[in-house]
Amino acid sequence: MSGITIALSKGRILDETLPLLAAAGVGPSEAPEDSRQLIVPTARPDVRLVIVRASDTPTYVQYGAADLGIAGKDVLYEHGGAGLYQPLDLRIAVCRMMVAAPEGFDYAHAVHQGARLRVATKYLRAAREHFAAKGVHVDLIKLYGSMELAPLAGLADAIVDLVSTGNTLRANRLRVVEEIMPVSGRLIVNQAALKTKRAALHPLIERFEAAVAAHA
Amino acid sequence: MRKWLLPEFVEDVLPEEALAIESARARLLEVFRVHGYELVAPPMLEYIDSLLTGTGRDLDLRTFKLIDQLSGRTMGLRADMTPQVARIDAHLLNRAGVARLCYCGTVLHTRPRGLTATREPVQIGAEIYGHAGIESDIEIQQLLRAALAACRVANVRLDVGHVAVFRAIARRGAVPGELETELLEALLAKDRPGIAALSDALDGATRQALRALPDLYGGPEVIDAAARELPAYPEIGAALADLRALVRANGLELSVDLADLRGYHYHSGVVFAAYSERLPSAIALGGRYDEVGKAFGRARPATGFSMDLREIARVAPRQARPGAVLAPHADDAALRAAVSALRDRGEVVIVDLPGHEAARAELGCDRQLVQRAGKWEVEAL
Repeated sequence: MSGITIALSKGRILDETLPLLAAAGVGPSEAPEDSRQLIVPTARPDVRLVIVRASDTPTYVQYGAADLGIAGKDVLYEHGGAGLYQPLDLRIAVCRMMVAAPEGFDYAHAVHQGARLRVATKYLRAAREHFAAKGVHVDLIKLYGSMELAPLAGLADAIVDLVSTGNTLRANRLRVVEEIMPVSGRLIVNQAALKTKRAALHPLIERFEAAVAAHA
Repeated sequence: MRKWLLPEFVEDVLPEEALAIESARARLLEVFRVHGYELVAPPMLEYIDSLLTGTGRDLDLRTFKLIDQLSGRTMGLRADMTPQVARIDAHLLNRAGVARLCYCGTVLHTRPRGLTATREPVQIGAEIYGHAGIESDIEIQQLLRAALAACRVANVRLDVGHVAVFRAIARRGAVPGELETELLEALLAKDRPGIAALSDALDGATRQALRALPDLYGGPEVIDAAARELPAYPEIGAALADLRALVRANGLELSVDLADLRGYHYHSGVVFAAYSERLPSAIALGGRYDEVGKAFGRARPATGFSMDLREIARVAPRQARPGAVLAPHADDAALRAAVSALRDRGEVVIVDLPGHEAARAELGCDRQLVQRAGKWEVEAL
């Protein structure tokens, strides 16, 4: 593949990436949100976008199926980042990865006691490392969505999830008890592509950087 | 369970690929031989204590282990041949001067490494022991180029770095060990926001140097940029002089990346990686690791590279080979002579064993030996 392929996911990341793509001169030539096309051409004939599932973005870039990608720090952390460069914080889709528990639950006491907590999450690696660093035993329950339901239904004592406004938590009578890490969208680059296609990729990365700086 | 299924990430190599691997192996070993590199073949397994020293330190979890019933000690199936070759240089050859060694063999990994998706790569590589100067780094890189050229791997880009740059910044900035490891990971990922956050508490010169490192990649002009942007420590000056010498020796095809610190814990000088446009990760990795023989009681300067032969065979263009010649099964001296003559010329001649005429197509023959007027001749099939 001689051109440049950028992997993106639909939803929040895409909404907030569109202005950056336009500023970097690689805006999509049709609105990807409305299109069923998974490969979207851009304003530049040598640059195309591929629309993937958020958690697949690092994999596409790692295997070189895409040269660049935009992925949340949460997804990158779970992936592990092997084979990727992460040169730029795009400051989009900003939120926090948090531990949340039901309003009545005495989290500090439960943790202090050394009890075995049941924690429901989509983010197994981040949760495992967070609790291991605290020396807390946890049984992790992998869920794919609607984490807030787990404590209410008696499936888990606490959850690890992304929180931006906190409205969903409040609506389900949960509260944040701990922050694990701040999360935002990162530009990721395939390591070999940065070496073999540097002349094409480096200016593009610089334009992204300038667009982020202008946006801030 | 189906008995013919193999474990995950373990596979049979079928004829076409096996031929490609063998042909790449022969080409590479021939290149090494004519450059004066002697082939050694260390064992598949040895005691874990010698396997996991030096360059092998990071390999503990990647090594399959078993107990030796003769000694009760733990043995490992090699996950990397370089510590074994260093052991051979340090203890068995005992040369006073320079030793040039090469090796090729199967290694086993408990988990597939990188993108190769195999737990049984075939490692092939070459090492120079006993010379500490940049001249041996130049030689080993030129050997790598010659090796990849012999396999006709196209558009190879050689990318060089130097671990002394980060090491000098960390030592002189009194960066604590744990922070050094975190910075190393951030540098390997060119994670600029991460580096900025981690270097916040360090002194101004160190912070500035660390923040400059992830951007110091690109063509040879990066060396001048590094001289401007990094502190004037003598170690950094010496490292940049090494890189300039490599650029002079390699020409403009070389690229530089001062944040490429793979194998930081055992490398001690120039490090390099070769990239091909056809692969999403490096095709060959190498560098200088002067301390490695120390574990075996004899520290010798060393530099070398290794690669996965199966990966080379996959990216190297395959030669179109002529089909085989089908020979009838007959007790005929003239036929035997004709078959021998063809095989001497390198042709594949397959004897048509009786009873399988219907499946002849499987043999891949496009010509046959036919008797015409008492003489055996090759005709199109």
